[in-house]
Amino acid sequence: MKVEISKGIEELKFALLSPEEIRRMSAVKVITPDTYDDDGYPIEKGLMDPSMGVIEPGLKCKTCGGKVDQCPGHFGHIELAMPVVHIGFIKEIYSILSSTCSNCGRIKLPDSNLKEFFEKIKDTANRLSDIEYDDIVSEVESDASEVVICPHCHFENQKVALDKPTTFREEGKKLTPKEIRERFEKIQNDDLPLIGLDPKVARPEWMILTVFPVPPVNVRPTITLETGERSEDDLTHKLVDVIRINQRLRENRDQGSPQLIIEDLWDLLQYHVTTYFDNQTPGTPPARHRSGRSLKTLVQRLKGKEGRFRSNLSGKRVNFSARTVISPEPFLSINQVGVPAKAARELTVTETATEHNFERLKELIKNGPGRDEAVYKPGVNYVYRIDGSRIKISEKNSAEVAEKMELGWQVERQMEDGDIVLFNRQPSLHRMSMMAHEVRVLPYRTFRFNLAVCAPYNADFDGDEMNLHVLQSQEARAEAEILMKVQENFLSPRFGGPIMGAIHDHITALFMLTYRNPLIPLETGLHITSYIDVDRTPETVEVDGKRYFKGRDIFSLILPEGVNLEFKGKLADKSLDPNGTEGLIRIEKGKLVNGAIDENAVGQSKGALLDYVLRKYGNAEGAKFLDNLTRLAAGVISFTGFSTGIDDEDVPGEAKAQLREVGNEAVQKVEKLIENYKNGLIGMEPGKTLEDTLESMVMKALSQAREKSSEIASHYLGMDNSTVIMARSGARANMMNLAQMAGIIGQQSIRGQRQHRGYTNRTLPHFQKGDIGAYARGFVSSSYKEGLNPTEYFFHATGGREGLVDIAVRTSRSGYMQRRLINALEDLKVSEEGKVLDTEDSVIQLEYGEDGTDPSRSFEGDSVDVDYLVKEIFGTKYEGGKK
Amino acid sequence: MAKYNILMHEMVPEHWLVPVKEEENILKSLGVTKGQLPKIRRTDPVIKTLEKAPGIGEIVPGRIIEIVRKSRTRGIAKIYRTVIGE
Ligand SMILES: [Mg+2]
Ligand SMILES: [Zn+2]
Ligand SMILES: [Zn+2]
Repeated sequence: MKVEISKGIEELKFALLSPEEIRRMSAVKVITPDTYDDDGYPIEKGLMDPSMGVIEPGLKCKTCGGKVDQCPGHFGHIELAMPVVHIGFIKEIYSILSSTCSNCGRIKLPDSNLKEFFEKIKDTANRLSDIEYDDIVSEVESDASEVVICPHCHFENQKVALDKPTTFREEGKKLTPKEIRERFEKIQNDDLPLIGLDPKVARPEWMILTVFPVPPVNVRPTITLETGERSEDDLTHKLVDVIRINQRLRENRDQGSPQLIIEDLWDLLQYHVTTYFDNQTPGTPPARHRSGRSLKTLVQRLKGKEGRFRSNLSGKRVNFSARTVISPEPFLSINQVGVPAKAARELTVTETATEHNFERLKELIKNGPGRDEAVYKPGVNYVYRIDGSRIKISEKNSAEVAEKMELGWQVERQMEDGDIVLFNRQPSLHRMSMMAHEVRVLPYRTFRFNLAVCAPYNADFDGDEMNLHVLQSQEARAEAEILMKVQENFLSPRFGGPIMGAIHDHITALFMLTYRNPLIPLETGLHITSYIDVDRTPETVEVDGKRYFKGRDIFSLILPEGVNLEFKGKLADKSLDPNGTEGLIRIEKGKLVNGAIDENAVGQSKGALLDYVLRKYGNAEGAKFLDNLTRLAAGVISFTGFSTGIDDEDVPGEAKAQLREVGNEAVQKVEKLIENYKNGLIGMEPGKTLEDTLESMVMKALSQAREKSSEIASHYLGMDNSTVIMARSGARANMMNLAQMAGIIGQQSIRGQRQHRGYTNRTLPHFQKGDIGAYARGFVSSSYKEGLNPTEYFFHATGGREGLVDIAVRTSRSGYMQRRLINALEDLKVSEEGKVLDTEDSVIQLEYGEDGTDPSRSFEGDSVDVDYLVKEIFGTKYEGGKK
Repeated sequence: MAKYNILMHEMVPEHWLVPVKEEENILKSLGVTKGQLPKIRRTDPVIKTLEKAPGIGEIVPGRIIEIVRKSRTRGIAKIYRTVIGE
């Protein structure tokens, strides 16, 4: 039975154009080096002959009769008076000249050798790969070039040298292209496969040009400047040179001018033809424009960053887009983006006038192209009548055009609040790097968005720029809103939890608002609640005749109705909060009853409360919750104020003494270990040498020192300390960072080991040879606040460098790995039945991910959150799940 | 007979030759044609080993192999491959 399998391209073959073929495909023989006559008409048989296609609208091609957009363009040709070398084949010409006999044209190898090679090539049973074939060709070439006496005709060949760029010499005597061509004509078709040519499509003498193809005019269009002046393409300029010299060469040859003059002209023709192909040929001065700029000829059009491949085929540019610096704006919803009015006036949406939008569009046209008003009012830049003609809207004609507007006109209206746009930050590493936002047109010059959206874009505001794309059709807008809107991308497909959430000061603020349920004076509380979108205030309590709100009650305002949730906050760790219950966060019927709101409640990628709201109430409610949350946090923290500085790490003298003691103890412990090691008192641990055993013991002792210093620091620094608040709530930093600032920085390691490389038997010349003590191997007992001594500083820098190198190596590797994965998977699709198919409908997976689950709709990777369902249905207590 | 039976190795999932009369039903339930399924070469060591199993004999191109493997997401996943020549 035969299984049908779809087909792909197996190979591409490149061939040479023969002189006959160039003539055959030519629409006109170009003989005049001129383009247009005085009246501006193209000259017959000139470089702009209409037989080669048309570039002006309205005119018709003389060859195919097509207009500008129908005619594909047609080649013409130039008959060269004398043959010239094609610069692109210089290497091939050289190797053929060296490996063939100048007398009989055979490859200079005995028949027996040639036969052997032929058999290898012709062997259909073991077809050679392209690389193996190339290897044989170069082997033939290198063997044959060595031979002097031709084994076929016994002629004594002379060595050929290439005098760059295009001159060949035989024992100092110049070989003209004509002579080369004659030699190549003698080469038998049968020998060609061993030279690397397929005789069916290529002959070596075709590498020497006798006929020159002239590309169609639409390849080298004439540009008409605004002044009415015409400017020719660089290729046309070069063709003019070729024809002009060709003409002079023919005249001189026909008149029988002196050989010297003919040779000079011939060289000049060779120069022009060479630079026509490649104007950066080594050894050739580049041809220049009158202004002194060097011409962009064929190779320059394709090569390099600005060439056709990298610039036009791999790199694409897009309309209706904008790019500028980003900055934060906590008063915008996570679904919004602030667009500068200046950009909004340039970015347009094309709407067709219908009965439904007629009046609205009319008003927009009346607004004109936009005025500098305090309040942004969208206008219209252009309108298109039904016949396609364009009217530019100006202050003057706006009213008139608005009156004339008819159904079916296209109106390019400026961006207005509520438009859907795509917003993107490079590198676009995951799908949340490009999301749909609703526009809010704002003053000033930056794009602005809610801070919760920094995470998916991986953006900060130290000068980052982002791109914005305006959607142009209803379908695109609908699709973007359903699939790409920020609120639809709350849950990451990477781990099935929310990637957006409160950060930094949001967490600090909410923590301060709820930790130990502080009393907030009525006025302050009212001011804070004015930041959020609610229509009620919490109940007040009276203390000493003054009225207060309770912090947790204010927070409860932003909770959706009926939230019932209990989970552990960061303070649940008894060692952090020995007698408090702040770590037990309990929400009953939408009211925060106990606990301090921290990273575990609302933080990005781990906020249990946020996750709960999203799953139970949906994305829209989740977005509303997060919007309110960020506003509330802004309100709280702008009232309380919050700052940190190095004196947050000030510890009392008694603590300092303790810390110093811990450092000294550790160092002494290490010394003791080393002494024991030297006296052979240390036993080997399994799988380790004696040295390894010592190392691991030393490392352990030193890391204990850092832990101890961390404990001391936490003991003396309490909740009245800004840094501690940030560390405890999870807003930023951790207690270890704090301990490093106040206490001991600790061991600096490279690849997980104590520092040991450097000089002979020591890390630095500051130590004795053979010293393997704590300080000699990178232990830092100073704190960041005190400062490091010189050797400590050096080790710290070494350790830090490792991190930088690691990151540089990792990003480039993982980037390339991701690129390969994307290229392999980019055209897979999920069919309606849930199969994963490729472009030829071959099955990759019978069910998406084998379980048909969308990871971003999953519960931390599982299809269903059973615990949650059990609790929702039976009302039994939620036991914290599997977390 | 090879020294080891690769099908017994713990890293090699179960391979079953689908009886010809069941092929149509399976393809129908999957909603695919034989050509759409992933391929497995007749020269694949697994196929060669299967051929040596009692009562199976030569496996010609066009037959279907059922592979049962452990899946991180699904527990047990059944996939199918069409045998091709070479
Ligand atoms: Mg940045
Ligand atoms: Zn044409
Ligand atoms: Zn010869």
